[in-house]
Amino acid sequence: MYDAPSTTKEAVVTDVKIQANDVQVYYADNHAIKDVSVAIQDKTVTAFIGPSGCGKSTFLRCLNRMNDTIDICRVHGKIEIDGEDIYDKRVDPVQLRAKVGMVFQKPNPFPKSIYDNIAYGPRIHGMARNKAELDEIVERALRRGAIWDEVKDRLNAPGTGLSGGQQQRLCIARAVATEPEVLLMDEPCSALDPIATAQVEELIDELRQNYAVVIVTHSMQQAARVSQRTAFFHLGHLVEYDDTSKIFTNPEDSRTESYITGRIG
Amino acid sequence: MPLFWLFLIVLAIAAGAYLLARSRVLSMAGDDRRALHSLPSYYGSNAAMKSAVPALLLLVAWLLAQPFIVDNAVSSLIPDAAIADNSSRALVMAEVRRTADGLDMAVASGGLTEALARSEGLDLDVATSSLQEAGAIVTSQLTEPVLAAAQQFRALNTIGARWMSVAVIIVALIGATWGIREASPAFRARNTVERGVRALLIAAASIAILTTLGIVLSLVFNTIEFFRLYPASEFFFGLSWAPSFSGRGGASDLGILPLLWGTFYISIVALLVAVPVGLFAAIYLSEYASPKVRAIAKPLLEVLAGIPTIVYGLFALLTVGPLLVRVFGDDGLGWMQAGTAVMTAGLVMGIMLIPFVSSLSDDIINAVPQAMRDGSYGLGATQSETIRQVVLPAALPGIVGAILLAASRAIGETMIVVLGAGAAARLSLNPFEAMTTVTAKIVSQLTGDADFASPEALVAFALGMTLFVITLGLNIFALYIVRKYREQYE
Ligand SMILES: Nc1ncnc2c1ncn2[C@@H]1O[C@H](COP(=O)(O)OP(=O)(O)OP(=O)(O)O)[C@@H](O)[C@H]1O
Ligand SMILES: [Mg+2]
Repeated sequence: MYDAPSTTKEAVVTDVKIQANDVQVYYADNHAIKDVSVAIQDKTVTAFIGPSGCGKSTFLRCLNRMNDTIDICRVHGKIEIDGEDIYDKRVDPVQLRAKVGMVFQKPNPFPKSIYDNIAYGPRIHGMARNKAELDEIVERALRRGAIWDEVKDRLNAPGTGLSGGQQQRLCIARAVATEPEVLLMDEPCSALDPIATAQVEELIDELRQNYAVVIVTHSMQQAARVSQRTAFFHLGHLVEYDDTSKIFTNPEDSRTESYITGRIG
Repeated sequence: MPLFWLFLIVLAIAAGAYLLARSRVLSMAGDDRRALHSLPSYYGSNAAMKSAVPALLLLVAWLLAQPFIVDNAVSSLIPDAAIADNSSRALVMAEVRRTADGLDMAVASGGLTEALARSEGLDLDVATSSLQEAGAIVTSQLTEPVLAAAQQFRALNTIGARWMSVAVIIVALIGATWGIREASPAFRARNTVERGVRALLIAAASIAILTTLGIVLSLVFNTIEFFRLYPASEFFFGLSWAPSFSGRGGASDLGILPLLWGTFYISIVALLVAVPVGLFAAIYLSEYASPKVRAIAKPLLEVLAGIPTIVYGLFALLTVGPLLVRVFGDDGLGWMQAGTAVMTAGLVMGIMLIPFVSSLSDDIINAVPQAMRDGSYGLGATQSETIRQVVLPAALPGIVGAILLAASRAIGETMIVVLGAGAAARLSLNPFEAMTTVTAKIVSQLTGDADFASPEALVAFALGMTLFVITLGLNIFALYIVRKYREQYE
């Protein structure tokens, strides 16, 4: 990759999947993300926590350039994935998004059948050579999304006809189906019951074997359960970023402590 | 009393009732406004509503009914002997009405005094000459029964108008009293006004529906009349359209098929132009264009919708027709004889329909939630993949609706056809031949001096009815498609 000056440094470089430096995001005049620098590690679950409106979703959307679709949004700073600047002119955002998958805060199934919802990404990227292979991909994705048993008899029913929690799992399955290297999940369990939540958390843990996963959550318990690293955002600043166990037992910043103990938010 | 004054008086009574009811309920409540069930203005509105609405309804009903009653009364006064052999009671009544109008004009211009115009001693010659002086249209010498009937007609109308004023004002006053007396703190004025508003809205809706019903009924009756004179099977299945215009005997061929074929052929050509162009324009405007381009391009495109169709017709006749002849005519490919052809009209009609398709589709595409697009981009889809596979399917019901709307416009279009496609009814597959449509023939059948009771004129209603049924079917079909799609994907 790079000629690293020392072996210790190189170990860090290969371990870091996403490196963000001095990221600023503006929505017109609203400065939503201020000076955020963070190194997200590969094969790790990173949790973003923080009060509502602090910019978690905004920062997450920077990582796969989804903010490009918002006219008034401007992103400054440098974000590298595998050492490649994703805001470089030569980078194709379409390719990038195939590599960095995303589950949105609000479930957004397409007005298509459940099957077509899942097969959408694999079809676009030509991942299956024939129908049997596609069927297999779809089934695998639905199983990983913990929704297979509920929908296996009605794969041709519209995805929009599912319940809110089912739609959320459908969207998770849809994102997983394209086999991204990084998966960004914006509150993926906000509408799920405890059983489905446990299944999704299991999935996240499984994904960690191969991918980097970033998850935004409002549940401290969930962050503590599934993540190895935790970043605490407050009013557009990254206040603290450390090992999850450290954040939850011995935070350095007083704001982090008040948030996780429920005094601000 | 002129109608306008009567109307103002009713409004004044209503306004007075409003103020009185309001102040009455306020004084009854003393200083404590919270003791009132509703806001004071509701009590006022209730009283105003109760005085104005029944009075105005009575006014309208009276204005509608009076002419019938007076006509009947006067008509029975005319002895059978006064009706000439080649005339009818209706014609004589028309003359009576004209004479009565003439008397009004003569009085207004000072040629006759009101008293003389009413008196039985009015001389026929004096009446005739003063009517002519006043500029009334009287064809010949008045006859005694007609003059008498006209005088009676005027007298009845005057009495009717006077009683109408009295009745309307009394009803307004009764309503006002009722509304004012109701105004007590416990009365639920707010709910009453709410019911009144609802009734008003229902009335507006029923006027629209009843008018449609009226139009359909008039079509139906005339169509039945036509089928009495002309066999329906020949109308629906006849392959030739050749009306004999003079009405001097000679059987007409009134088969609708050549006209329907022309209508469909031209509409299909028009839709083949309008749907792709309009849809692509809509996609560009809503998905690709920058806000600046959009702000300029969208209104420009919509200007097309404001151009009168006769201008499009001229465009077809003077520009598109000759252009097509140059390419496909005898000097070119040799397929086309003259500028008026299915192709000419279809192309121009297609241009006319572009803004309908584009502006409706644009609104519908814009209504597709951004989250849907985000979902697709988030999976690594390009913009055109997103549009083709997510946005358009989501917008499809609306787009189908827009296309069917454009289709009904195409089927109903007349001016472009008259100027662009010619007037020859023909069953042919060649799009470079002149053809004509149902609407164009409706116009030509009704704008001659043909007798209105002849099949040649009445066929227009049958044509209109057919067109109506077809467009209705098209709309129902559109609704069905939209519903089916909705059930599937919502
Ligand atoms: N599309 C947008 N246009 C304008 N401003 C936006 C937009 N999206 C977010 N913002 C602003 O950016 C700031 C951060 O919003 P963001 O959605 O990132 O918060 P969040 O941390 O995800 O909150 P939540 O936990 O409620 O989802 C807010 O002040 C918000 O008003
Ligand atoms: Mg958010």
